[in-house]
Amino acid sequence: MSEMTAEGGHGAVPLSGVPVQPEPTVSRRDWPLYEVFVRGKRGLNHVHVGSLHAPDAEMAVHAARDLYTRRNEGVSIWVVRSADVTASSPDEKDPMFAPSGDKVYRHPTFYDIPDDVPHI
Amino acid sequence: MGHQETVYDALTAAHGDEARWAFGTGFDDPLAGVDATVPDAVDPADLGAYCLMLGDDALVLGQRLTEWITRAPELEEEVALANIALDLLGQARLLLSRAGSAGVLGRSRERAGPGVPDEDALAYFRDPDEFRCSALVTAPDGDFAHVVVRLLVAATWRLALAARLRTSRDPVLAAVAAKAVPELTYHRDHAARWVLRLGDGTAESHRRARTAADAVWPLTADLFTATPVERRLADAGVGIDPAELRDEVRGVLTQVLTRATLAVPAWPADAPPRGRAGEHGPELTVLLDRLQDVARAHPGATW
Repeated sequence: MSEMTAEGGHGAVPLSGVPVQPEPTVSRRDWPLYEVFVRGKRGLNHVHVGSLHAPDAEMAVHAARDLYTRRNEGVSIWVVRSADVTASSPDEKDPMFAPSGDKVYRHPTFYDIPDDVPHI
Repeated sequence: MGHQETVYDALTAAHGDEARWAFGTGFDDPLAGVDATVPDAVDPADLGAYCLMLGDDALVLGQRLTEWITRAPELEEEVALANIALDLLGQARLLLSRAGSAGVLGRSRERAGPGVPDEDALAYFRDPDEFRCSALVTAPDGDFAHVVVRLLVAATWRLALAARLRTSRDPVLAAVAAKAVPELTYHRDHAARWVLRLGDGTAESHRRARTAADAVWPLTADLFTATPVERRLADAGVGIDPAELRDEVRGVLTQVLTRATLAVPAWPADAPPRGRAGEHGPELTVLLDRLQDVARAHPGATW
């Protein structure tokens, strides 16, 4: 199996063996890629919104502020080096996810949830 | 509200009739409910002239930053510079509108013709000699180091000013300053972070940052000299005497450069503020040609 990366937030993709036209030249970029998570004003949790290049983590937070919260979307930003994300592999899709496909009883739908319990 | 798929869904869902906006909502009007009457014992011509000084600084620096669109060293930094330029443009609009409402329009009102708002008349239909910006913002920049060093100096000066203007007796100036303080705090912080990284980076980035500081420092000569207008408005509790900003500005800049391992260039002797009197070099004419070209070719056009 080829080496995988989750860079760019598009799920696991192979690092080599992908046909590209024209052949890529040396990248202009030598800054690492960061994944960006933003929590909205009324959001409960940080949500992945995209990725960006930055020279270090502090500047990545600045760039994320300018790229992903400039329309007043967020109140909190997390960034994490994309290289630090370990992703599941598409090759393992069936063993990973198919077994949960028929187990409806795992949803909490067979008992009553009180009205004042939110976010289930 | 159930599970939220994205941060954007959550926002549009939360704001009812603002849902037509694709993304962020809940925007504020910085001048909502602000009394626009000129305060007692203040000459409207002075107030207007002062607003032109501060508005032109923002407009011209914003345009200088905008010149980096499509040629910033990295895409992320291009958006950062554009955002800062937009903040400054917003400050310029409010200040030029205030100058217009105080009746300070010069030759621009007649030239612009009817249907052009005051702020646009002032931005697009004044000649260079009617601009009141300082030499710090009109100077062309060379490389990215020059951009961030100049931005650091300009944002430090303007933040020191805006922080004091929040208690101005003119409610419009006070409101504009209150809006500007967090913006300028970010501009200063962003520029300072870059100066730290360039100064304490590679030999080449250090060399460029040092060259930039040597080029920008002389432009601070006239930043702390009050014009008669500023003195009168400072006495009236409406404006700020820029001499008051000197210690804070020099202290902040010294701290940033020292931490960036850059030598702090000698501070220039105080000089008369020629830019505030409309005396500019040819570089402002070039800048304004680009800024004003479309508006002058098609006055009153909308799109």
